[in-house]
Amino acid sequence: MAKTSKVSAKKSATSKSTSKSKASSKSPAVNGDQLIAYYRDMLNIRRFEEKAGQLYGMGLIGGFCHLYIGQEAVVVGMTQAGTDDDSVITSYRDHGHMLACGMDPKGVMAELTGRRGGYSKGKGGSMHMFSREKKFFGGHGIVGAQIPLGTGLAFAHKYKGDNGVCHAYMGDGAVNQGQIYESFNMAALWDLPVVYVIENNKYGMGTSIERASSNVELSERGNAHDIPGQSVNGMDVLDVVEKGGAALEHARSGKGPMILEMKTYRYRGHSMSDPAKYRSKEEVQKMRKESDPIDNLRHTILEGGFATEDQLKDIDKEIKSIVTAAAEYAQQSPEPDESELYTDILKEA
Amino acid sequence: MATQVLMPALSPTMTEGKIAKWMKSEGDTVESGDVLCEIETDKATMEVEAVDEGKLGKILVAEGTEGVAVNTPIAVLLEEGEDANAIDAASSGGSAVAEAKPAEEPAAASYEEASAPARPKAAEIAPEPDYDGPTKTQTVREALCDAMSEEMRKDDTVFLMGEEVAEYQGAYKISQGMLAEFGEKRVIDTPITEIGFTGLGVGAAFYGLRPIVEYMTFNFAMQAVDHIINSAAKTLYMSGGQMGCPIVFRGANGAAARVGAQHSQCYASWYANCPGLAVVAPWSAADAKGLLKSAIRNPNPVIFLENEILYGQSFEVPDTEDFTLPIGKAKIELKGADVTIVAYSIAVGIAMDAAQQLAEQGIDAEVINLRTIRPMDTATIIESVKKTNRLVSVGEGWPTCGIGSEVSAVAMEQAFDYLDAPPVRVAGEDVPMPYAANLEKLALPKAKHVIEAVKSVCYS
Repeated sequence: MAKTSKVSAKKSATSKSTSKSKASSKSPAVNGDQLIAYYRDMLNIRRFEEKAGQLYGMGLIGGFCHLYIGQEAVVVGMTQAGTDDDSVITSYRDHGHMLACGMDPKGVMAELTGRRGGYSKGKGGSMHMFSREKKFFGGHGIVGAQIPLGTGLAFAHKYKGDNGVCHAYMGDGAVNQGQIYESFNMAALWDLPVVYVIENNKYGMGTSIERASSNVELSERGNAHDIPGQSVNGMDVLDVVEKGGAALEHARSGKGPMILEMKTYRYRGHSMSDPAKYRSKEEVQKMRKESDPIDNLRHTILEGGFATEDQLKDIDKEIKSIVTAAAEYAQQSPEPDESELYTDILKEA
Repeated sequence: MATQVLMPALSPTMTEGKIAKWMKSEGDTVESGDVLCEIETDKATMEVEAVDEGKLGKILVAEGTEGVAVNTPIAVLLEEGEDANAIDAASSGGSAVAEAKPAEEPAAASYEEASAPARPKAAEIAPEPDYDGPTKTQTVREALCDAMSEEMRKDDTVFLMGEEVAEYQGAYKISQGMLAEFGEKRVIDTPITEIGFTGLGVGAAFYGLRPIVEYMTFNFAMQAVDHIINSAAKTLYMSGGQMGCPIVFRGANGAAARVGAQHSQCYASWYANCPGLAVVAPWSAADAKGLLKSAIRNPNPVIFLENEILYGQSFEVPDTEDFTLPIGKAKIELKGADVTIVAYSIAVGIAMDAAQQLAEQGIDAEVINLRTIRPMDTATIIESVKKTNRLVSVGEGWPTCGIGSEVSAVAMEQAFDYLDAPPVRVAGEDVPMPYAANLEKLALPKAKHVIEAVKSVCYS
């Protein structure tokens, strides 16, 4: 097993890829078990998304499919910095968020293939999955709409007094929707426990942030509402854990919302049918080579002696088998029964 | 193990494409993420990236080839240390192919044969319970306030939010006294921010609260319609039944008086169009109270369409906190034998007025108060039409694709042989609401229009 660093582990996070181990946000001395947990969770998302891309190419996944590859550190870091009381909501680039929350890769992949074993019984698809158990509230297809909804989750946390904070994710494209600022205003006005996580991957579909936003410093978007903001290296899971932890603490302690701008990058297209003519191959390759969150953490782990090359290879293998099993399940699970066409429209009063 | 690289689907509609150019040659080392080739799809030229690493063992489809079907093997990728033997195994359908097997039934192919299974019958809705207890005279305004207050006393998760609902006591004084009783945690003044507080309410409902969202008028809910439709109405379905959104959207709907086009629209048919919503439109104070209490208890999003003109009108209301009315059931306000008049909201009053005048002229009209627009109580309409053989609908909204159109269609489909005359719609004029007093009067349906319509279907 991996060596632990000076700090002894609170609990072993290596036993389960999706466990939420609470990071010590204030201490820069992370322990090896935590590093390996981050690595495992990020790799789980990366491999899952690669497999989803393959299945899409094979025609097994239809419609829209937005891959999270490149941005893994954001959601893994935030989730690790959060607690089980927290709720999560995001847009349609949502597979990573579901896996980070601990949702079953089989159920997620089977939803992508539109099968009855999917989280929404095949009726939601890539953009519409939920898990009440894991407090994951979607998966929303309309750009920006998840932010008032997430603000409502925060309202409910406060109303119930359950100590939860809502992690409300949006992309850099969403920050120009008017409803974002309606939400910021109410969250600040009522001190709602919410952290707005802006995943700035530089492009809203094919339009670069510079071509869409008059002010590209997205952490400042809460200025008009006195919401503190911070810029985070979204390609570095440790930076995300540290600053995410502080922001969550701020919100949890009753001080109101915070905004985190995660500077990140998606390697793949906006969706599967993206010809990628709006950016150069060199730009993508440079990010992959120099800033990859998984490669860099791998390096840190090996350099710090937290694990050996072989131990990491074992994790790679384990993840590969989890993803392969998910893909198999997603192909074997039958399509929903035809009677499902008419169910789940209204609940029985 | 050698892997086949298959012709990928690169868009939701792609079935075949052209290999425009190979970017790697046989024998080249390939890393995950490297561009293997360019493919022209029905939409654009796209680069195909390698998913696995290895060596490009063989190109199976030469560049320039057109019409290559999705899932056709186009190359073979070798793992470290593999040789040409592996190529043959892979290209002849070796073990690696299993993983790349296309779906047995391509989704697009089966649309034409597919026919939907029979729609299950809706669950039977219990009829309105008979009530012969004491009543009290109340305005619609008071009845609405009582309904909310009674439900809020019973259930801590119910709260009211909207513009001016708390300190101002409601723009139309519906929430009079509620702030004092329930406090600012549960009676919440929002900023003027319809899409924001609607989305916030829906999010709170997802988390188990039961919000009542008041729109000062439904005209302003147009700002928020995305959250009503996309977030509130569809999420139960999209989640396979896991979620649910117990929320009431309520406020004044339809024309008030002299407020012009942007403040005088009936939205009944807009919301009634959307599955996943219940749409309720009360007429009397008893309707308002019984239906609002049911709406608050309902586990689904309910659109509750009130009417400003009705707020001050008085009716008899059962004097008990247990009084509720079933959503989805119409009420026969007046029994009659000669013609069926179907109306909702303020138009029920117009229909009742017309029926009285018709009675004086010897025509015995039956008046149905829809109460719920969606799900519509079609059984009550059909039963009545089978008896009277004539149908007139009355509503304030525009005629095109309106509630009256739906009522007519239902009668045509389910009681065509019983109809002695084509159904007639009495509706608002097909114009934006004018401001001028005389023009506004002309734009709205009145008893005389109903009487004319009834006479035309009765050929009298």
